[in-house]
Amino acid sequence: MKLTKTLLATSALTVAAGAAFADAHMASDMTLVSWGGAYQASQTKAYSEPYMAANSGVNIVWDESSAEAVAKLRAMNESGNITWDLVDVEAADAIRLCDEGLAMEIDHDAMLAAGNDGSTASEDFGDSIISDCFIPQIVFSTTVGYRADMVGDNAPDSICAIFDTETYPGKRALNKRPLANMEWALLCDGVAKDDIYDVLATPEGQDQAFAKLDTIKNDVIWWSAAAETPQLLADGEIVMGSTYNGRLFSAIAEQGQPIGMLWDAQMLDFDGWVIPAGLPEDRLARVLDFVSYATDTQRLADQAAYISYGPARASSAPLVGNHAELGIPMAPHMPTDPNNSKNVFVTQYDFWADYRDDLDAKFQAWLAQ
Amino acid sequence: MTDATTDAGKLTTADGQSLKKSLHKALRRQKVRALMLIAPLLLFILLSFIAPIFDMLLRSVENDIVPDTIPRTIVALEDWDATSDEAPGEDVFAAFYTDFAIAEEYKSHTRLGSRLNYELTGISSLFRSTGRKVVKFETESYTEQFTAADAAYADPAHWAAWMADDAVRAALPQTADAYDAWSKIVVDLNNDVPSEEVPADFVYTGLYNDLMDGSSVASMPSVDVTAWEPVSLREQFIDANDGWADPAVWSTIKTYGGDYTSGYFLNSVDMQLSGEGVTQRPEDERIYITLFVRTIILSIVITGSCILLGYPIAFLLANLPLRSANVLMILVLLPFWTSLLVRTSAWKVLLQNQGVINDILVWLHIIADDNRLELINNATGTIIAMTHILLPFMILPLYSVMKTISPSYVRAAKSMGANDWTAFWRVYFPNSVPGIGAGSILVFILSIGYYITPELVGGTKGVFISNRIAYHISSSLNWGLAAALGSILLILVLALYWLYDRIVGIDNVKLGG
Repeated sequence: MKLTKTLLATSALTVAAGAAFADAHMASDMTLVSWGGAYQASQTKAYSEPYMAANSGVNIVWDESSAEAVAKLRAMNESGNITWDLVDVEAADAIRLCDEGLAMEIDHDAMLAAGNDGSTASEDFGDSIISDCFIPQIVFSTTVGYRADMVGDNAPDSICAIFDTETYPGKRALNKRPLANMEWALLCDGVAKDDIYDVLATPEGQDQAFAKLDTIKNDVIWWSAAAETPQLLADGEIVMGSTYNGRLFSAIAEQGQPIGMLWDAQMLDFDGWVIPAGLPEDRLARVLDFVSYATDTQRLADQAAYISYGPARASSAPLVGNHAELGIPMAPHMPTDPNNSKNVFVTQYDFWADYRDDLDAKFQAWLAQ
Repeated sequence: MTDATTDAGKLTTADGQSLKKSLHKALRRQKVRALMLIAPLLLFILLSFIAPIFDMLLRSVENDIVPDTIPRTIVALEDWDATSDEAPGEDVFAAFYTDFAIAEEYKSHTRLGSRLNYELTGISSLFRSTGRKVVKFETESYTEQFTAADAAYADPAHWAAWMADDAVRAALPQTADAYDAWSKIVVDLNNDVPSEEVPADFVYTGLYNDLMDGSSVASMPSVDVTAWEPVSLREQFIDANDGWADPAVWSTIKTYGGDYTSGYFLNSVDMQLSGEGVTQRPEDERIYITLFVRTIILSIVITGSCILLGYPIAFLLANLPLRSANVLMILVLLPFWTSLLVRTSAWKVLLQNQGVINDILVWLHIIADDNRLELINNATGTIIAMTHILLPFMILPLYSVMKTISPSYVRAAKSMGANDWTAFWRVYFPNSVPGIGAGSILVFILSIGYYITPELVGGTKGVFISNRIAYHISSSLNWGLAAALGSILLILVLALYWLYDRIVGIDNVKLGG
């Protein structure tokens, strides 16, 4: 009896020593950057807590700076002191960081886990790999929520309700940047869906979009944080407003607000990780280990139990289960669900990467006037 | 310690030194000790405050990204007339091709595109889209023809040997220049050895251009390049994006080719530097003057409302019996100790359309339900919320000045026949003016740089210049413009301070006593 105990203890020690040895080239501290709020909480629960449980001695610190990630990464790059290990950014920002050489290029098949259905990582992620530096995580959409009790029997079913101030009088909330607003403006001004980006690439097309937005300029409250729209809806300040679908889900399903949502012309978008360029080897090894774990099929499906954003891997979709607290099935609330994705806009990243600077400058000037 | 003794008329200490020297030494020791005591703070302020501010302000004129990224183009553009209505010729495009191919490797062409986009919208997309195409230019055909003409041209070792030879370098300046840049890329980015890698297309293009210029080198295999079909780089660029045919693009590059620029400062006052000199920006891009004027006007209004609301409170505080004054003081200080965000959010709840104030007014039938007041997301919201937030900065200096005004002055005035109003206006008020001055300076300077409150309650018509600065720092990444706007704001505050000193006199400002 005593002998077996000793043997067990010795082997346990050996295993521990072996693990310690294997980890010797990996840093034990890691700083992850995300958006805070419910989204970051879902990441903590689905990724970092299980990872820390599986790798004792690893310490993960969160920084809620994703909104300023591009500016801060640029400053870190200039000063040569990179304090972040993994940064959660929107697809458009990932492209920008990659373009400027501030994010590391990823070999998706070599660095990320293969799908549990046998597909390689790049097949599994498919179109969501919108940049060489981008490690996709979720699919989300920018869409419109409205006050069900303020529109009466006349619930909107088209995105153009935003521009219809006669049928739906009252304020609207829109994002304080051109993305999505410009596309919707052109769509509702009669431009065919397939031509929108071609039109938006021309100065005349941009003027046309601004002219359409001019018609509601005085009825718009501009938001810079996505949480503002659900709050304004709950207060009855606005009749409708754009925000991310997960925010509307939590206002409707979790808080029971009298809010309805439109899936028409939702702007599909991706969010994911980038690794800052120039990390020292030990930290890079740790980050790669973590990111491969945190973006495998099961982990991405797990995250959907906490927030209604779709997993970026195709192989995760069948594994999406019920909401962790409400117990309702999450699949019908995903932007990629067939019922919701009848009329979808997929954000054209090539276009926005090229035209973002131009359109941002024009949009901000237009706003200030 | 040191006893002073007299020796032959000269004062010396016990160890024989002159007293003067000794005293000097002791004093110096004292000074050094004092300096050492404040040294940590001094160093801290220097390193964490003065130096970063100076560095940030310097960015408002810095422009080395342009000459650093495309140095050859800047030189080649010197002979081009910026007012011409024709894009430059082949030689500029040849230099630009080399620069661009190198920049593409470092991915610095996107940053340059963003930089130049500040001056001419559209350049950013031009640089980015061309960046993807520049590696596919037809200059590849030069590389193929050289390597087909002689295998030595495909041999990295031969290249390394030629480029180590000073005679070759002198005869083929463009090739040597391109080869050096290319080997730097190989070492810096790929961690490879240049003598083991075949040079990139732009090095062969450099060689072709050198040979076309009539250079010849005996040590290299002779190739007759004149018979080859020339590749027009001008056409290649214009094919990639017809924006390159636009002289305005080249004029912008030439205008902003220096190490330093006035562009950001001009931009801050809605002007721009173009081929024709300094002009006003197009009307749909003019926003900064409006914002500066709005910032100043709103700050004056806020300061004014703070005086109107703060003066009676400070007067009460100073003249009530101590017990009630203390309670009042706590009421003034309590909001002062509450988080700024909490107070601003509370104003949101109060001021919004369906908010408390509107609800009460509707309930009292003062306004109709469908005609609620717009109190938030405009300048009104900013004025109300900021007046409340900055009120303690007016009340406290006013109070401390009023506290020192002796009640006997007013009593004396009254005993000489002044009524209440005259006694106040002619005696009390003039004595409290230094407090108004101090409070106004505090409130005005704080409000001119205020950021969070206008952002939250100001909508688009109630935001300040500081909101634009924050936008350029964290969103558009136009740090140069942010620095220029910040410098102007700083100069503005200093100028107003000077003006105030001239008119009121800074000695008339009291924070207490």
